[in-house]
Amino acid sequence: MRVVVAMSGGVDSSVAAAQLVESGHDVIGLSMQLSPQRSDDLSFGGCCSIDDLHDARRTAASLGIPHYMMNFERHFDEAVVAPFVRDYAAGRTPIPCVQCNGDLKFAHLLERATALGADRVATGHYARLAQDPESGRTRLRRGLDQTKDQSYFLFTLTQAQLSRALFPVGHLRKDEVRAIARAHQLAVADKPDSQELCFVANGDTAGLVAARDPSVVRSGTIRDQDGQPLGQHEGVHRFTVGQRKGLGLSTREPLYVLRIDADDNSLTVGPREALDRRELTACGMNWIAGVPPSAPCQVTARIRHRHADAPAIVSPLANDRAAVLFEEPQRAVAPGQAVVLYDGDTVLGGGWIEPAA
Amino acid sequence: MTRIYFDHNATTPVAAEVADAMGAALHTVFGNPSSVHGHGQQAKTALDTARAAVAHLIGGEPTEVVFTSGGSESDNLAIRGVAESLVSSRRRHLVASAIEHEAVLQTLKALSKHGWTTTLVGVDESGVVPTDRLAEAVTEDTALVSIMHANNEIGTIQPLIELAAVAHDRGALFHTDAVQSVGKIPVDVTALGVDLLSLSGHKLNGPKGVGALWVRRGARLRPQMTGGKQERGRRAGTENVPAIAGLGVAADLAAAKVATPDPHVAALRDRLESGILSNVSGSQRNGDPRRRVGNTSNISFDGVEAESLLIALDLDGVAVSTGSACSSGTLEPSHVLRAMGFSPHRTQNSIRFSLGLGNTEAEVDRVLGLLPGIVARLRTVSGRRPRAGVAVHS
Repeated sequence: MRVVVAMSGGVDSSVAAAQLVESGHDVIGLSMQLSPQRSDDLSFGGCCSIDDLHDARRTAASLGIPHYMMNFERHFDEAVVAPFVRDYAAGRTPIPCVQCNGDLKFAHLLERATALGADRVATGHYARLAQDPESGRTRLRRGLDQTKDQSYFLFTLTQAQLSRALFPVGHLRKDEVRAIARAHQLAVADKPDSQELCFVANGDTAGLVAARDPSVVRSGTIRDQDGQPLGQHEGVHRFTVGQRKGLGLSTREPLYVLRIDADDNSLTVGPREALDRRELTACGMNWIAGVPPSAPCQVTARIRHRHADAPAIVSPLANDRAAVLFEEPQRAVAPGQAVVLYDGDTVLGGGWIEPAA
Repeated sequence: MTRIYFDHNATTPVAAEVADAMGAALHTVFGNPSSVHGHGQQAKTALDTARAAVAHLIGGEPTEVVFTSGGSESDNLAIRGVAESLVSSRRRHLVASAIEHEAVLQTLKALSKHGWTTTLVGVDESGVVPTDRLAEAVTEDTALVSIMHANNEIGTIQPLIELAAVAHDRGALFHTDAVQSVGKIPVDVTALGVDLLSLSGHKLNGPKGVGALWVRRGARLRPQMTGGKQERGRRAGTENVPAIAGLGVAADLAAAKVATPDPHVAALRDRLESGILSNVSGSQRNGDPRRRVGNTSNISFDGVEAESLLIALDLDGVAVSTGSACSSGTLEPSHVLRAMGFSPHRTQNSIRFSLGLGNTEAEVDRVLGLLPGIVARLRTVSGRRPRAGVAVHS
């Protein structure tokens, strides 16, 4: 079958392509050009820089597959960067990788791939797909390598999208991926993993948000939990729930951001233990199997990428919402992040964490 | 899968005679042309032969030919060389058309940051620079006007005789980037009345990395590469003898070709173009069909992303382009089609077919057989249809 591989130039998508070639598929490498390609452009540090696209091209050449760059600058801006800026301006902490997967790779790129006659789009994500023998539906499962699992970033995918997806490295550990890359003599075999958001230069998220939406840069009040003003901040986009640095307060015990209120441009801060919460609600729930559970059920829930999922009870609510009650309090539940629900290795679904009532 | 190459405006295959001459030069002519001894003289003779061939091709004198590394360097040398030679005069104004190659546009842009003023003259909807519009742009302060001979994306030929006269009326020099016309149509520097002319080896079945700038005797030029006295002090550096020898042979072949016009390529292009326009709905020709080089056809496919069409054709073994190759690397909408006043939509739907040496009728027919299906598939997936009211022909 004809498969388009989204090649970022990193080792994971490179090995994904290699695996597909080895399986005898008709493989086409596509790289998404997400920013203007100038070598003097420092705005892209992580993935998809001009050097990364160069790596992708070299990998494709050594695998003997055609490779093309496709311009997704406008789509990337609309689907990923603009919502990212809006979220920060609204006091939320976004996860742009989710939009990049659901609204770009498995949307616009999938459409382009289909136009090229491809049956599937493959990526280098650490996640696995399985066919449910009873329902015929596609299940999304964690990557075998628990330390690299990226299923959290894929929770918005619909059945239609999942049925067209392939994750050829999802059943591999990272060291195995690198070994395969070395066996294929791929130049990217020892390339370091990207750590930061690809479109944020030098990790300066606040700088990017302020450049795109200067209205966010304005002084606001920092209050304690009783509403007493403690100081000033220079814009809610600089903060995330659970953050301690950058508040500029000198207090005996460290204070953390508990709540961000964009409407009155204020932060509420408090001691570390005040970050603990047992319950949250989420909106925009995507139940991956296609239907929400009919009754509250026992799950494990993850509230950010690097969070070890914790036991909880999820109760579906009306309007694609859900309530999650953890067995143990969880630290720093940040609105705008996702809560993703698991049954063992299988992703049941996920949604966007709402501000606490 | 046999591959079909319809992208001769990006680059051309090296003619067998050229490759043979270059091989011979590499094997036997290793001397430095600046050396006094026999080895040097042998190399110098190879340069002389090539220089005469290039001069003959464009109707100039051998001493007026400066060998360069290619079209971009020739353009840079022409514009910067003339501009800087007049740096202490009042003539600090440069004019070019809006559809020039990036080698010209970026050079003007760079000079605009160093004290020169620049004006870009627009084109009409057929891609031609109107003489009166140029006349409005050129002043007594203009040092140089640079307007290409044939456009790389649409093939339109500019009325250089009239345009050069406009420049000369105001005392400005006239440069033309003739990279896309030399070898395709007769080019005579005297008849055209130009002062400087750029050409490139790899656009006329010669090697990459070599080109020439023809500079009318007496025109002042400040060298951009300083060092030795090569090329009469206009371009320092030991000459690329094998490549220049190849360019010389390519020039001979081109001179023979344009002297006795071969209708073959134009006939293939016309067969391809009329076949597309009549068999693919929502296709439109871009540019004036009456005044363009015979190998080029630029066509919009309504409701089709040109980028996807290019890739789909490549996967079926057909090489085309979405415009200049440099633009395809960055995938920006064509500045040429934008300058012609086309909507962003249409500029992103446009494909360039450029034919040349070795193309056959069977190849044209294979492409004509492939295109309707590919275009239909691309439209189905994107959910787009040719817009109502879009003519099937132009």
